[in-house]
Amino acid sequence: MDFLRPAGWAEALAAKAEHPAAVPIAGGTDLMVEINFDHRRPERLLDLNRVAELQEWEVGADTVRLGASVPYARIVAELGGALPGLARAAHTVASPQIRNRGGVGGNLGTASPAGDAHPALLAAGAEVEAESVRGSRRIPVDEFFTGVKRNALAPDELIKWVHIKRATGPQEFAKVGTRNAMVIAVCAFGIALHPDTRTVRTGIGSAAPTPVRAAAAEEFLAAALAEGGFWDSGRALPPALAGQFAELAAGACNPVDDVRGSARYRRHAVGVMARRTLGWTWESYRRGAAGSTSGEGAA
Amino acid sequence: MRVTFTVNGREQQADDVWEGESLLYVLRERMGLPGSKNACEQGECGSCTVRLDGVPVCACLVAAGQAEGREVVTVEGLGQEGLSAVQQAFVDAGAVQCGFCTPGLLVAADDLLERFPWPTAPSDDDIREGLSGNLCRCTGYEKILDAVRLAAARRGEGA
Amino acid sequence: MSEVARLPTGRGQAAGTAGGIGESTLRPDGTLKVTGEFAYSSDLWHEDMIWGHTLRSPHAHAEIVSLDTAAALAQPGVYAVLTYDDLPAEQKNYGLEIADTPALAAGRVRHHGEPVALVAADHPETARRAAAKIRVRWRELPPVTDEESALAPGAPVLHPDRTDGHARHVPHPNIVHRQPVVRGDAAAAARRAAHVVTGEYEFGMQDQAFLGPESGLAVPAEDGGVDLYVATQWLHADRRQIAPVLGLPEDKVRMTLAGVGGAFGGREDLSMQIHACLLALRTGRPVKMVYDRFESFFGHVHRHPARIRYEHGVTADGKITHARCRIVLDGGAYASSTPAVVGNAASLSIGPYVVEDVEIEAVGLYTNNPPCGAMRGFGAVQACFAYEAQMDRLAAAVGLDPVEFRQLNAMSEGSRLPTGQQVDSPAPVAEILRRVKARPLPPERQWETAGGAADIRALPGGLSNTTHGEGVVRGVGYAVGIKNVGFSEGFDDFSTARVRLAVSGGEPVVTVHTAAAEVGQGGVTVQAQIARTELGVAQVVVAPADTRVGSAGSTSASRQTYMTGGAVRNACRAVREQVLALGRRRFGTYHPAWATAELLLAGGKVVTDGGEVLADLADVLDGEQPVDVELPFRHRPTEPFGIESGQGFGHVQYSFAAHRAVVEVDTELGLVKVVELACAQDVGRALNPLSVVGQIQGGTTQGLGVAVMEEIAVDPATGRVRNPSFTDYLIPTILDTPPIPVDVLELADPHAPYGLRGVGEASTLSATPAVLAAIRQATGLALTKAPVRPEHLTGT
Repeated sequence: MDFLRPAGWAEALAAKAEHPAAVPIAGGTDLMVEINFDHRRPERLLDLNRVAELQEWEVGADTVRLGASVPYARIVAELGGALPGLARAAHTVASPQIRNRGGVGGNLGTASPAGDAHPALLAAGAEVEAESVRGSRRIPVDEFFTGVKRNALAPDELIKWVHIKRATGPQEFAKVGTRNAMVIAVCAFGIALHPDTRTVRTGIGSAAPTPVRAAAAEEFLAAALAEGGFWDSGRALPPALAGQFAELAAGACNPVDDVRGSARYRRHAVGVMARRTLGWTWESYRRGAAGSTSGEGAA
Repeated sequence: MRVTFTVNGREQQADDVWEGESLLYVLRERMGLPGSKNACEQGECGSCTVRLDGVPVCACLVAAGQAEGREVVTVEGLGQEGLSAVQQAFVDAGAVQCGFCTPGLLVAADDLLERFPWPTAPSDDDIREGLSGNLCRCTGYEKILDAVRLAAARRGEGA
Repeated sequence: MSEVARLPTGRGQAAGTAGGIGESTLRPDGTLKVTGEFAYSSDLWHEDMIWGHTLRSPHAHAEIVSLDTAAALAQPGVYAVLTYDDLPAEQKNYGLEIADTPALAAGRVRHHGEPVALVAADHPETARRAAAKIRVRWRELPPVTDEESALAPGAPVLHPDRTDGHARHVPHPNIVHRQPVVRGDAAAAARRAAHVVTGEYEFGMQDQAFLGPESGLAVPAEDGGVDLYVATQWLHADRRQIAPVLGLPEDKVRMTLAGVGGAFGGREDLSMQIHACLLALRTGRPVKMVYDRFESFFGHVHRHPARIRYEHGVTADGKITHARCRIVLDGGAYASSTPAVVGNAASLSIGPYVVEDVEIEAVGLYTNNPPCGAMRGFGAVQACFAYEAQMDRLAAAVGLDPVEFRQLNAMSEGSRLPTGQQVDSPAPVAEILRRVKARPLPPERQWETAGGAADIRALPGGLSNTTHGEGVVRGVGYAVGIKNVGFSEGFDDFSTARVRLAVSGGEPVVTVHTAAAEVGQGGVTVQAQIARTELGVAQVVVAPADTRVGSAGSTSASRQTYMTGGAVRNACRAVREQVLALGRRRFGTYHPAWATAELLLAGGKVVTDGGEVLADLADVLDGEQPVDVELPFRHRPTEPFGIESGQGFGHVQYSFAAHRAVVEVDTELGLVKVVELACAQDVGRALNPLSVVGQIQGGTTQGLGVAVMEEIAVDPATGRVRNPSFTDYLIPTILDTPPIPVDVLELADPHAPYGLRGVGEASTLSATPAVLAAIRQATGLALTKAPVRPEHLTGT
């Protein structure tokens, strides 16, 4: 095994170009498990810890440019206002120790259907900026996940930034696990209200081969909100409407039975989470509060 | 490969490190510092918690090469003269049984108390959240909570 | 300082002995454990040390058609590759009771993860890469995975040539052991029943999940023997199994206890012991072996999963008429302690209740599932889960409060168990139930914060943010259990202690040496406390446990404070007699009190019971050899249960705990938050109250774990383990574990040292059914399986 330690971004890209099979390692929270348990023996590791840009973030007018290696703990502590859904999701990631080390770039690189950041990114709307010595490109997060643990990156590309739409309305994230902390998602659901465009976006985790949006649910809800004038009136949502949204969200799942949960349960739980998170975000919207909703828990 | 980093204030070096080795392995097997524990090696128990440039992380998930030039503090570095307050509190409160989770818990608790500087004190829920990445199989956690409360309270003594 | 030991023996102990029994003295190993210096079995290091690694079977049941190690051996850095053919002795198998487990697979594997070959190399990675180069050709065989497939006509017989003592009386060779318990006339009694309640229950396979992985260091010695440093529960039993497979006499296998990172039954059986010794003896180099968490799931036995059927009758006024019960325990591929687990399950299956007329049958199976054996609670856990569910249903059938119903039927001192054994020490079953019930309930909706928001950390789902109060319903449940203490069924159960009193630097010093495994429970603390109490000496050193002293028996069955504590007490008393005899010989002529007064050892002196100091211990021992005594200690004998009747004085002592669980269930998502888990337990005498409470809280939490999350999932089609990791085998975090208030009762058992009652296990029994009962109350669901899963709570 070789251990490549580029001192900066350009060097990292050059190394990746020269050794496309080199496996990037940043937080190490996925890859080191595979190495420790002898599940994987990459020929080369490409350490990204020394690349300063990856640790930086910047809040712009419409988007947040998030470095691939910004640890979840900092997202929770510093980006709760601009990216409430992602911050909430980051707060559910594994343990405090892991949140100090892991970041969104690694989550995207692994592209597990259970990655906690994915539903929040899908709901917020985001683009993954991948770069290689050939240049850079932005991949919409909706198109990023191409299969179970597969993504749209070319072999010579590295994830540099994730450009995430700044919240213009309330966002939420919920995940089911059979433990009250440090648990991998049985399934997860993210939702973001976008009052600026009068749309609603969602993300479902761990209930299909890839993270997915509940497109039919989003369309239904956007239409229903518009038709009923809810955006303007700020009226409470009728339970039937939330129920229909939940059912459509459940319908977007294509889950499997595995050791963490049954397919039936996953579909059911996604529906419940969809209904609840819609309720929380809508209540928050009615109160005029963008950002976090009523659930608390210190970081 | 050769790896050089600072551990508990002293620069240490290890040679012939296999590139797949974790920081945990290097500390335990190459630097004579087995205090950080190898309970799961998958980031699911916290028994290997060390500070890496001040931040608590699972040493089992840091590739040895990633520690190059960095500062590591392990349980062995917590009490420079005798036991630190949090170490003493764990002994006094009966928070130690088999003790395998203890080093990681101490590093995590040390960090937690740092985030609630005297005269603030973490609530029980804060303690639970702060230590939620550290599994203990012996105690049922009650005495661990006692120990952290005790260490937090003792900071006020003589202040 | 007042340190008083009263003579003659048996007159009771003086209160207030500094650092003596009854005090919450601190652990002598506590400082080393908080500084990271305490040497666990995985921390060991030796000059020239190499690493051992195990190749394990990917199949649950398969024939090894061929095994080629040449490519592995050819790897640079590899020192040895061993298979079954390299085993040096006639004896190839080991086992706690039945030697049915091959040290390395003998042409056939019977469970997923069975050891097939060993590699020794200069680095763990070298060893792993070499092991991957061992070529094994497998022929898969159909696995036996449950009672039906084990007993089906033509089922593969897992151990066709059984010669063990149970083979004669079992109805099928795939049944390890069967224990009926029959008393009274259940059929006749059933006719008195106003209601009959039947239920079928299932208990999942739990893992001990001790945090310190199996590990140790074997160092070859010049005399051809081996020194083994290892984490175990019983050094001498290990050695008895290891030595014959190495072809060595026992005295050439010298064992020292390394630091033990928890045990809970999972270190009763051998793991890497023989393997490390084989590699060390073959290579002439010290060999270290350390399992990772994945391997650890295959490295030790688990708690037997069980399928249990009960029938209880009850009169209209709430008295239990009779019980019929059948408990099927899956022992997996090898016997381990399955026979004893069967005996426990059968004999304790009625719980702490008076039921005169019973028909009980417990069986333990051989299957191709992972081997199961000892885990905290040992056969009593599975039964308690089921009979306590029955109690709630019976109470409901007659319209009684569940606690009142239990109290109405509770056993007490003098009651007879279904085995015919009369309980001859306090059995405060009704009282411990009363105490947990009398405790104020925790406030409702504790998650609500001042601002009207929800603190998710206090809600089901916790940090995962699944509810802000929606769907959350509270439930309260109760349970009580009975556990035996010590080894049962006629086993010659003893412990040995060596106690030495010497003078060092002018001060008396006591050294206590036993082979008792300190696994975290605090045995070392208690041994020192006993020595202080008995010898009135402040300075007590507990020597490392090793095989240079007689066997202490196992650190299991809640027995070590009773047994090794008893041994230390007796050895101390013998030392005291010798010291006083010495004193009388040397100084008796100077003071008549040496002959006439009752003499005590206190504060390092010989004093009369009137307080007059006769001599310093240092002077009594001046110029003399240290006083040194090694003595065994036995509890009163037990007897085997009748093969068909199950009758007999089978257990030496019983231990009782009760729980009240308060839970909040997210009924829509099927997630559970345990809000409080209060316990009351009788401990006879709390030798170290702090440790006693720690044991009860720890046992409670393991019971909580198997109630709501812990289960090794075995694929029923293939027999393969599906979740051998801490990612998918979940144990409670601090956010899953509620406050556990503990009420400790001290009702002395007159038969036990200091009146103490073994404390380690009882709380593990009742925690699980109490949590289940609370969830049932919250949801109205029947819930017959532990652990309860979200699917069970949501019908998905």
